[in-house]
Amino acid sequence: MAEFDQELDASGLNCPLPILRAKKTLTGMEAGQVLHVVATDPGSVKDFDAFAKQTGNELMESKEEGGKFHFLIRKA
Amino acid sequence: MDDKKLAIIATKGSLDWAYPPFILASTAAALGYETQIFFTFYGLQLLKKKLSLEVTPLGNPGMPMPMGMDKWFPVLGLTLPGMQGMMTTMMKKKMKAKGVASVEELRELCQEAEVKLIACQMTVDLFDMDQTQFVDGIEYAGAAAFFEFAGESDICLYI
Repeated sequence: MAEFDQELDASGLNCPLPILRAKKTLTGMEAGQVLHVVATDPGSVKDFDAFAKQTGNELMESKEEGGKFHFLIRKA
Repeated sequence: MDDKKLAIIATKGSLDWAYPPFILASTAAALGYETQIFFTFYGLQLLKKKLSLEVTPLGNPGMPMPMGMDKWFPVLGLTLPGMQGMMTTMMKKKMKAKGVASVEELRELCQEAEVKLIACQMTVDLFDMDQTQFVDGIEYAGAAAFFEFAGESDICLYI
């Protein structure tokens, strides 16, 4: 997994909490920094895809590993 | 950020109807929408400081029930004292077990995300409610005032 500046564990949280928490965490980060989100909600895959498209924050990586979903988001 | 606007008119006050406006609004706000929710009639229940929202399958044939009860439990049985409270408790327990946010939490997230929560002044007067019963940070307005925003919205939902 590539480098990241902050990690957010959204395991056990369901829609819309993963992206809401991610948005909150990103607000406190600097442009260019990378947030690593771990989630268990299968809906979060599409949610983060849409989140990245609509907010302009780059979704660098989206994958499933060890039964959880991992996302790397770079703050625009 | 984005110019897209979402307007929601929330008219219902039961637990099952409380989720859609707050989830849609908070998600839209996370995606960059400017969002406002206009609470009118029973929607005002969602703005109370202390939420006491209930849910019942009575009159809600679409509501799933555990143990296949929706197939065999007589509708009349739902009117028994305590049934509504029990159904509400079971629903809340299920939500917690599945990691679904509580209505209070979603409402707080909305306010944090700067979703404007507007109470219909007319309904407040109609039901003899007063401002101290509602959470802080909300506005009071009428339909015409809300139309200023709703008229410009990209999405307007009646819930």
